[in-house]
Amino acid sequence: MCLGIPMRIISKAGDKAIVDSGGTKREISVSLLKDINIGDYVIVHAGFAIERLDEERAKETLDIFKSIKP
Amino acid sequence: MKYIDEFRSLKLAKNISAKIAELALPARGGRGGRRYNFMEVCGTHTNTFYRFGLSKLLPENVRLISGPGCPVCVTDESYIDNAIILAGLKDTIITTFGDMMKVPGSSSTLYRERAKGRDIRIVYSSLDALKIAEDNPAKNVVFLGIGFETTAPTVAMAIIEAKKKNLTNFFVYSAHKIIPPAMEAILKDKNVALDGFILPAHVSSIIGADGYKFLHKFKIPGVIAGFEPLDMLEGIVMLLREVKSGRAEIENEYTRGVKKSGNKVAQVVLKKVFVSTYAVWRGIGEIPKSGLAIRKEFAAYDAEKHFGIRRKKAAVNKYCLCGEVIKGVKMPEDCKLFAKSCNPENPKGPCMVSSEGTCGIHYKYKEK
Repeated sequence: MCLGIPMRIISKAGDKAIVDSGGTKREISVSLLKDINIGDYVIVHAGFAIERLDEERAKETLDIFKSIKP
Repeated sequence: MKYIDEFRSLKLAKNISAKIAELALPARGGRGGRRYNFMEVCGTHTNTFYRFGLSKLLPENVRLISGPGCPVCVTDESYIDNAIILAGLKDTIITTFGDMMKVPGSSSTLYRERAKGRDIRIVYSSLDALKIAEDNPAKNVVFLGIGFETTAPTVAMAIIEAKKKNLTNFFVYSAHKIIPPAMEAILKDKNVALDGFILPAHVSSIIGADGYKFLHKFKIPGVIAGFEPLDMLEGIVMLLREVKSGRAEIENEYTRGVKKSGNKVAQVVLKKVFVSTYAVWRGIGEIPKSGLAIRKEFAAYDAEKHFGIRRKKAAVNKYCLCGEVIKGVKMPEDCKLFAKSCNPENPKGPCMVSSEGTCGIHYKYKEK
């Protein structure tokens, strides 16, 4: 139920946006977020974007994973 | 950066798994070792854990217990019975998320009622239900509001939209719940002994790391982890580090998707439409202030008010261990019914029905 999928914003008009997820496009609401731009990745849950994915933080997290050596 | 594949690297998973073993096992030559019991409270974490076989990457003394984070699983039977009654009313369309369809009520399911001819429709979003109401002005459309803090703001937005559009035929039957009071109830249960929590990813996107301040009084650490396998493994590393250094803080592994203060817009919308109330959690019982009821200002969209619904406790199959399973006290395999008379084709309790129910997940990913 918490399932939220990262999707990329490809167009936006007011509170609605079209997102792309692996080739599939759908319309969602961005009414729960401010300052969303085309090209942003958002977490989509039940037809709404609930948070923007922060690319810098994602890279930092991946760097942490890569730094863990046995 | 696509945010999925990069977080599923097997090579990195093995490195993190080795780090977990290094942290959890006693030093070479050392004796005794201790057990570490962590609980995850989100069905999506349970799913990731079993889907990717993460238990194989944990040493034997680190155990991840699945908690009550499946909103379908904790919905009490009487809610389904009432939804079925609503489905039987004249000119009424029931709209619901898909995983509610096969949840057993005391004598039937929404799936069976649809087969009998009731107008019950699966929707992906509360906005789809709103559209059905707009397209069918002569019918009443009831949306079954199930879900935690991730979902409730989306349903709140649908109610706000309905008010803006002056709809008179759209209603929400709310059984929304919030996670923190359930975590407190578990911590107060003497049968449960936990060293830390893996905190849910997307509930946290809404409530933020700040939403877990109540854990401080229990002196128990919590780490917010994303839903990809590497996120969960790193979450366990962070918990082990906390326990070993005697810290009990709220940490965030899922920094790309969770801010310290969460999503303020969603929090405002939640407070605007919902007020906290008591709720009955299947298997746990009544937990005060853990449910979300629709505020008076939006009473016109409240199915309970409009249809005069009264909640009551319903009887449960006495062999069904769903309640113990969602508290992490028993495993599905401890249940006499598991994989015998209770299976996905014929579920006896919600834990087997929902895609995020512990029993359903154990059944799907178990070794044959």
